[in-house]
Amino acid sequence: MSDTAYLQQIAQSDYKYGFETDIEVEKAPPGLSEEVIHYISDRRGEPDWMREWRLRAFRYFMSLLERYEETYPRWAHLKYPDIDFQAISYYAAPQRKPRYKSLDEVDPKILETFRKLGIPLDEQMRLAGVAVDAVMDSVSVATTFKEELAKHGIIFCSMGEAIENYPELVKKYLGSVVPYTDNFFAALNSAVFSDGSFVYVPKGVRCPMELSTYFRINTAGTGQFERTLIIADEGSYVSYLEGCTAPMRDEHQLHAAVVELIALKDAEIKYSTVQNWYPGDAEGKGGVYNFVTKRGICLGENSKISWTQLETGSAITWKYPSVILKGDNSVGEFYSVAFTKGYQQADTGTKMIHLGRNTRSTIISKGIAAGYSNNSYRGLVKVARTADNARNFSQCDSMLLGDKCGAHTFPYLEIENPTAQVEHEATTSKIGEDQIFYCQQRGLSEETAIKLIVNGFCKEVLAQLPMEFAMEAQKLLAIELEGSVG
Amino acid sequence: MALLEIRNLHARVEEKEILKGVNLTVNAGEVHAIMGPNGSGKSTLASVLAGREDYEVTEGEVLYDGKNLLEMEPDERAREGVFLAFQYPVELPGVNMATFLREALKAIREHRGLPPLSPAEFMKLLKEKAALVGLDPSLKQRSVNEGFSGGEKKRSEIFQLAMLEPRLAILDETDSGLDIDALRAVADGVNKLRSPDRAFVIITHYQRLLNYIVPDYVHVMVDGRIVRSGDKSLALELEEKGYDWIKEEVGLVA
Repeated sequence: MSDTAYLQQIAQSDYKYGFETDIEVEKAPPGLSEEVIHYISDRRGEPDWMREWRLRAFRYFMSLLERYEETYPRWAHLKYPDIDFQAISYYAAPQRKPRYKSLDEVDPKILETFRKLGIPLDEQMRLAGVAVDAVMDSVSVATTFKEELAKHGIIFCSMGEAIENYPELVKKYLGSVVPYTDNFFAALNSAVFSDGSFVYVPKGVRCPMELSTYFRINTAGTGQFERTLIIADEGSYVSYLEGCTAPMRDEHQLHAAVVELIALKDAEIKYSTVQNWYPGDAEGKGGVYNFVTKRGICLGENSKISWTQLETGSAITWKYPSVILKGDNSVGEFYSVAFTKGYQQADTGTKMIHLGRNTRSTIISKGIAAGYSNNSYRGLVKVARTADNARNFSQCDSMLLGDKCGAHTFPYLEIENPTAQVEHEATTSKIGEDQIFYCQQRGLSEETAIKLIVNGFCKEVLAQLPMEFAMEAQKLLAIELEGSVG
Repeated sequence: MALLEIRNLHARVEEKEILKGVNLTVNAGEVHAIMGPNGSGKSTLASVLAGREDYEVTEGEVLYDGKNLLEMEPDERAREGVFLAFQYPVELPGVNMATFLREALKAIREHRGLPPLSPAEFMKLLKEKAALVGLDPSLKQRSVNEGFSGGEKKRSEIFQLAMLEPRLAILDETDSGLDIDALRAVADGVNKLRSPDRAFVIITHYQRLLNYIVPDYVHVMVDGRIVRSGDKSLALELEEKGYDWIKEEVGLVA
C-alpha cells in the first residue's frame, strides 16, 4: 500500500504536552565534574555515604568517558549524533523549598502544570484512589496519600526522603540490581541521579492502591536522571505506574533513568509505564533521548515481576526492562507496545535471565512503526546451567503503517540447560489494505479503521495495564494515531 | 427512480480490462442473481460497486439512489447503505466483533442523522440479529473473523448485514465453500432480511443457492458483460446446459 494521506498525517500529528511552565528554577552549571557531584549532594542535603556512592560512580563514569570510543554502547539499531555530556546541566529544581511538607507549599504554577497534564495532585486523585509522586525536573514536588499508605506500613516517597529516613534499606538495595558498573548510562545516572520514587511494601502486605509517579522535564538544557527503587518484602504485592512528558524543544534532552525492583519470596511487583516524552517535530528536530536501565530481580522463591510498557514518546528510546529469575519457581513477564512515528527510533525489548529452577518467563512485544520511524525489538532469553525446567514464551509482532518506516527483531537465546523449553514467534505485517477496506465497507472512516486495527493488534498488552490506566493508554494511542493537526 | 443504475460500466485492474460495458438496473425490493463462469467479471463488479482501490473505472457511470456512486469513498458508500458480503472476509485480530459493529453502526446512524444507540439498545439489537441469522452467540464475543471456519465467516457476513441494515446488499459468492447445511442457514438469513426497501445482488457461480433464495431476475455475465437476463428459470437452464451454449450464442466460442 502506498502511503495514504491519512498515514502521512499520522507522522505529523501534534504533541499535546509540549507547553513549558514558567517558574523560577535553580540549575547547576552545565558539565560534569567532581564539583557538580558535590553541588548535587549539597543541594539535596545528603549524608556522606550517599555522597561517596555518587563519587565512586562518577569516577567510574569519567573513566568510561575517557575511553568513549570503546565504551559508548553502539550496538542498538539507532542513529543519532554523539551526545555532549559536558553541555548538559545535571541538576535543576523548582525554586522555593528543597522539599515540600504539603501541597499548600507547592508553587501553584507547578500544580497547574500537573493539572494540565491530567495529573491532579489533589482531591480528584484521592477519589480515583491512586497515590501519586510527581517529579518536576530533578525534584519530587508532591507525593499524595502518604498517611493512608503508612497505615499499612508501606513507604512511598521520593528517593531524597528515603535516603534521609530509610538509609538502611537504601544502602542495602540501591545498586544491588543495577550496579553503577552495569553500563554507560547506569554509571552516569548513579553519579548524578536526582529524585525518583522509593517504595517499600512490608511482609504480607497487599498494597491497597496503585502507586504512580509522574515525571516531567521542564527546564531547558537539563537532563533528567531519576532513580527508582521498589522493594516488595515476602508475600507482598504492589502495582506501580509511571508516566512521563516533556515540553517541546528544538534541542534534544537527555533522560537516563535507572529503575531497580526487588521481589522477595512470594512477592509480586507489577510495573507499568506510559512513556510519552516529547518525540521531536515532524522533521525530526528536538525530542528526548531516552536511555533507561530497568531491571528487577526475583530474589525469593515463587516471586513474580511483570513489566508492561506503552512507549509512544522520545526521539530515541533505548530501553530493556529485564528480570533476573533467581528464586526457584519465579516468574518474569514483559508486555510492550512501542509506537514510533515521524523520525522516532526505538530499540527496546527485555532480558529474561533464568537462574532458578522451574522459572518461567513470557515476552509479548508489539512494535508499530509509522512515518519514517524505526522500531526494533531486541530481547535476550538466557537459561543458566542451574535453571532446570525453565520455560520461556516469546512473541514479537511488528506492524508497519506506510512504506517508509522499518521494523526489526533481534532475538538472542543463550541456553545452557538442556531441560529448557523456549518458544519464539515473530511476525511482521504491513497494516492490510484489505483490513482497512473491510472496515471502510462497514462505514468506518480510514482513521477509525486504523485505530481499531492497531488497538486490536496491541490488545494483549494493553489488557495488562491496571484498569485505571488501560483506558488512558488506549486514548493516548488514539491521540498518537490522530490524523488532524492541532 | 431505480436504486441502482449501472450504465456501460468499464473497469480494469492494472492493464487488463475486466468489465466491458455492464448495464444493470436494480429497484428496491428486488433480488437479482448474477451468474457466470469463472473470470467473467462478477466479483470485479462487486468490488467496483464497493469502491475497492485496485480497480479503475474507465468508462460508464453508476447511479445509486440518483447519486454518482463512483465519486464516493468506500466508507461513504457504506454509510449510504451499500453493503458487500465478502467472498473472503479478512480477519481483524484483537478487534472485538461487538466493538467493531458498534463503531460501524454509530458511523452509519450519524450519517443518517440518528443518535448512537445506548449500550443496552445495542446489546439487544445484537442479540436479536444473531438469533435472526442463527449466529452462534459466542462469535460476537470473538475478534472479527479471527479463527472462524469458512461457514462461520459467511454467516458472520450475513449477521453484519442484518445489523447494519443496508439498502443495497451485494453478496459476492457467499455460497462458495459452504456445505449444504451452512448454505441453507445463510439463505435462510438472507430470506428473512428481504424487504420492500432493500435490494439484493447475489453473485454466484452455481445455481444451488438459488434453490433457497429465489431471485426476481437472473443475469448471465460473460467476458465482462451481461449477455442475457431472465427470470429464475434461466438459472435452471444454466444448471442443465452449462455456460458454453451462451458463450457460443454471444459469439465467444469456448
